[in-house]
Amino acid sequence: MLQKGEIAPDFTLEATPERKVHLKDLRGKNVILAFYPADWSPVCSDQMTLYNEMLHYFEKYNAVLLGISVDGAWCHHAFASARQIHFDLLSDFEPKGAVSIAYGVYEEKFGVSKRALFVIDANGIIQWSYLSPVNENPGADGILEALENLKNN
Amino acid sequence: MASWKPWKISKITDMPTLIPPVNALDHVLGAPDATIEVVEYGDFQCPFCREAFFVVKELQERFASQLRFVFRNFPLSEAHEYAMDAALAAEAAAKQNRFWEMHDAIYNRQPELNEALLLTLAKEVGLDLQRFTEDLEAPKLLSRVEADFESGVRSGVNGTPTFYVNGKRYNGDYRELSSFLVK
Repeated sequence: MLQKGEIAPDFTLEATPERKVHLKDLRGKNVILAFYPADWSPVCSDQMTLYNEMLHYFEKYNAVLLGISVDGAWCHHAFASARQIHFDLLSDFEPKGAVSIAYGVYEEKFGVSKRALFVIDANGIIQWSYLSPVNENPGADGILEALENLKNN
Repeated sequence: MASWKPWKISKITDMPTLIPPVNALDHVLGAPDATIEVVEYGDFQCPFCREAFFVVKELQERFASQLRFVFRNFPLSEAHEYAMDAALAAEAAAKQNRFWEMHDAIYNRQPELNEALLLTLAKEVGLDLQRFTEDLEAPKLLSRVEADFESGVRSGVNGTPTFYVNGKRYNGDYRELSSFLVK
């Protein structure tokens, strides 16, 4: 798993069937990456529901949140509409898990992303990372603390 | 894992603590010298919180003067259409010293929750309705609810309801709170 001080590997992933997100385009903003195993599973849903409520707190720290799983763009679309999720869920779908592998958070045994968080600064450097037990919702306290530290530096 | 850093894990998963601790701004029910302090972060429209509401009622009966109960708002307003309105209604009731009456009334009638119900309940618990509707719009009330929410996130709340027992997060099932407290 990539750690503080490492360069965040660049990627371009589908956010919707019609729109892609390119990490490099987000330079100048802090970026929170939330890798998670699957849409619809109970813990992920709670985690994404919580982050959905947190968007305006993240904005205060000039931070944008991206969810990433190996689910396809149409699956994300259905999940996001059902839960009224207002941030991008990216599809690490083809080649499967490539971005998760680049960040060192791919669970080969199950073919899904691990539950992991990264906070990347405005220059594209990882400033915080955290691997959560797969059945545990990591909450957002660690993210807020990392963003606070960035602000104070 | 080559880069395993236990301190990072322990910081988050080892029993997060309540930030800030219970203080004068909180809604507190029970004796100040109670030995057990239970804090709930709850959402008025969350069905699990409604279930927990009845669990807390049992706790209050069972532990009586040993227990002090505190409620903080954690409205998941994207998931629950009336969660924020209900939180504001309870806070507006608090301004007329009727927080707990409103809190109970909302949970009791949660399945019917909407804006009209909140007004009905405000009337039923005996609020000055004009003051109530004015207070609902006050930016101060909204920031109070948001401050509760933010404190919850900092305290490690990751869903509703989340309980803290004597300042430490309770990670178990809320239906088993009673047997946990006995220990």
